[in-house]
Amino acid sequence: MASAQQPNDKFDVIVIGAGPSGNAAAYVLARGGLRVLQLERGEYPGSKNVQGAILYANALEQIIPDFRDDAPLERHVIEQRIWMLDDKSYVGMNYRSEDFNEERPNRYTIIRAPFDKWFSRKVRDAGATIVCETTVTELIRTEAGRVIGVRTDRDGAVVLADMVIMAEGVNGLVGQRSGLRPELKPDSVALAVKEMHFLPRETIDARFNLKGAEGVVIEAMGTVTDGMVGTAFLYTNQESISVGIGCLVSDFKTGTAAPYELLHRFKTHPAIAPLLEGAEVKEYAAHLIPEGGYNSIPQLYGDGWLIVGDAGQFVNAVHREGSNMAMTSGRLAAELVIKLHRMREPFSSENLAEYHTMLKNSFVMKDLKKYKGIPGFLHSSSKHVFGTYPRLLSQAAQTWFRVDGADKREKERQIVSMMRKDRSFSGLISDAFKLVRAWR
Amino acid sequence: MGALHIVVCIKQVPDSAQIRVHPIYNTIMRQGVPTIINPYDLFALEAALQLRDQFGGAVTVLTMGPPMAEESLRKALAFGADRAVLLTDRAFAGSDTLATTFALASAVSKIGETWGTPDIVFCGKQTIDGDTAQVGPGIASRLELNQLTYVAKISKLDLEAGAIEVERRAEGGTQLLSTKLPALVTMLEGSNEMRRGSLACALAAAQAEITVWNAAAAGIEDLLNCGLKGSPTIVKKVFAPGAHTVRAQQIELQDRNADDIARDLLDQIFIRQPQVEADLMRMASGQ
Ligand SMILES: Cc1cc2nc3c(=O)[nH]c(=O)nc-3n(C[C@H](O)[C@H](O)[C@H](O)COP(=O)(O)OP(=O)(O)OC[C@H]3O[C@@H](n4cnc5c(N)ncnc54)[C@H](O)[C@@H]3O)c2cc1C
Repeated sequence: MASAQQPNDKFDVIVIGAGPSGNAAAYVLARGGLRVLQLERGEYPGSKNVQGAILYANALEQIIPDFRDDAPLERHVIEQRIWMLDDKSYVGMNYRSEDFNEERPNRYTIIRAPFDKWFSRKVRDAGATIVCETTVTELIRTEAGRVIGVRTDRDGAVVLADMVIMAEGVNGLVGQRSGLRPELKPDSVALAVKEMHFLPRETIDARFNLKGAEGVVIEAMGTVTDGMVGTAFLYTNQESISVGIGCLVSDFKTGTAAPYELLHRFKTHPAIAPLLEGAEVKEYAAHLIPEGGYNSIPQLYGDGWLIVGDAGQFVNAVHREGSNMAMTSGRLAAELVIKLHRMREPFSSENLAEYHTMLKNSFVMKDLKKYKGIPGFLHSSSKHVFGTYPRLLSQAAQTWFRVDGADKREKERQIVSMMRKDRSFSGLISDAFKLVRAWR
Repeated sequence: MGALHIVVCIKQVPDSAQIRVHPIYNTIMRQGVPTIINPYDLFALEAALQLRDQFGGAVTVLTMGPPMAEESLRKALAFGADRAVLLTDRAFAGSDTLATTFALASAVSKIGETWGTPDIVFCGKQTIDGDTAQVGPGIASRLELNQLTYVAKISKLDLEAGAIEVERRAEGGTQLLSTKLPALVTMLEGSNEMRRGSLACALAAAQAEITVWNAAAAGIEDLLNCGLKGSPTIVKKVFAPGAHTVRAQQIELQDRNADDIARDLLDQIFIRQPQVEADLMRMASGQ
């Protein structure tokens, strides 16, 4: 019976990928009454994703307002630590506030596999058809170039739709193969490696001074990456700690250390090691992060297609925001498609251009534009930002805090001369100037 | 006889490759561990699909489990099964193999009433989380089906004659067995390779209505045979055995009298367990 069935169903929209951007798009579309097919190459949604992450509530709230009722959330973040590391020390800024213990917390730590699964269930309940273990191999286009469907790796079978949304993540090959997206450039994509360290809840609470569902996030940069552009992070989950580090792929090519060596260095740093002591380590995963920012955003729409999420390079590397941009771009794309569908307007390039305008009016493009100079700055000044400065800062702090008979004016003099010695005054000024310009 | 109807029993199990042990309490942490279809069951499913492709008819997959076991059924549909039945009820919680076979056998009967009596019921050789290998034979004996266990290959199926012939792996060789239908077959690992389901099947699976039965819907009236109540097995303790392997030894039976065989057997036991011999001697001497 069913075995003889043909895939003659035609869908309104096909969504490629079941990460945050694809799920957001598919959910909103299905709720809007469209016939949605979502194709995911992983065994289940989330199976291909690197685990621990920060979820920014706002972006999800606009899609599923009551997500807190049943989403698998780990802890809400009440404290953020930003650390500059040298080999033996850190200079840091910690911000912890009771205000973050609010009724609707702003940020959560999550584990992606269960979270993506939960999101996917919502998508299914909304009425979308989800097919996993199926890779889209190419777009089907008319002679005029309009996208009308996709080919899959299941015997090359084809499914047709009026519209295809590419939510295939940073390294999605469909867009690249079809020539709709340029290939990734090594200096605009980071490779991150990550581990999960399992510890009893009480141990985590004690080590980080937490109670209930409170959580801490540590972000660190400095000599652990040995002059390569990169950052390390540590998130507390309920019964585990996510630890990871990422650097630009181009730096790994020329740099001295492999990703897992950097991770090892970070984990054994004297400020980090005690936090992880005694944990059982499971799950070692590597994943790419688009970090090229505004300047590397590809064409985002065309006849019958849209790009959302990491595939569009929507990641704010400075603030480590990706999933919120993914969800927001997915939602905006879906809203436009629903609008056009209801107005019986074609999914033409002209009509879909409004997606770009919607993005420009949202924090997605505004933030990416604001930071568009940062990747270039970090790249050109990496030796200092990820080497000299953290070292100097730590030395300065130590000089300042060590009581050794030298008077305070003498200490100030020592600090200034230290700075001058390691990085010329003009170099310092120029870096500061470049940074300020990139930031604004 | 009518078109071939095959029932395949599958079980959703935790992916043992990804199970974690709690570092402090040494308990298994199931939370977040992905589930899979019991790997042995996939050989049974593929064998069933091959027969259906060859002879026509339909394959019904059946599982007993929590509501989330639906995922496994959808997977089975995506491989190409025709319909799926989820047997789920709180009354089944805590079932040992006796209670499990009771529930599954009832459901197989109900499936028979609903879609036609199955010619073959397939099971995997055993599960990777229970390892008993009792469920297939248990269903067979409850339903009075001829049973063929540890089957490596279905060598012949004759629907006209209502007969099946299989290769069964046994200690020291392969047996060629044949029996009458309806029969229950448990499949060995490595007996075939699961196909990649077509896109049509995958789409149908995603959209399929899955038949969900509770105990009453499966025609089970007597809940005393179900779940904990119907399960005489008590797990007293779970522990990790020390590393320990001993080669099995065979005792020659051919052309020997029972006394000699028994003496041989006891000798072999006493060599390994001198304490047993000492205790027996003490008892024999009436102390
Ligand atoms: C180590 C690490 C830590 C991060 N931490 C954070 C964080 O704390 N907070 C945050 O907001 N962001 C974080 N990010 C970024 C965030 O993960 C991404 O921005 C987000 O996942 C992007 O969502 P997406 O849906 O666009 O892509 P993805 O999540 O990558 O999903 C793409 C999906 O498409 C599927 N797919 C790809 N190609 C095909 C195909 N041809 N056919 C079918 N399916 C296909 C993939 O299997 C995948 O499931 C982190 C990233 C990494 C690597």
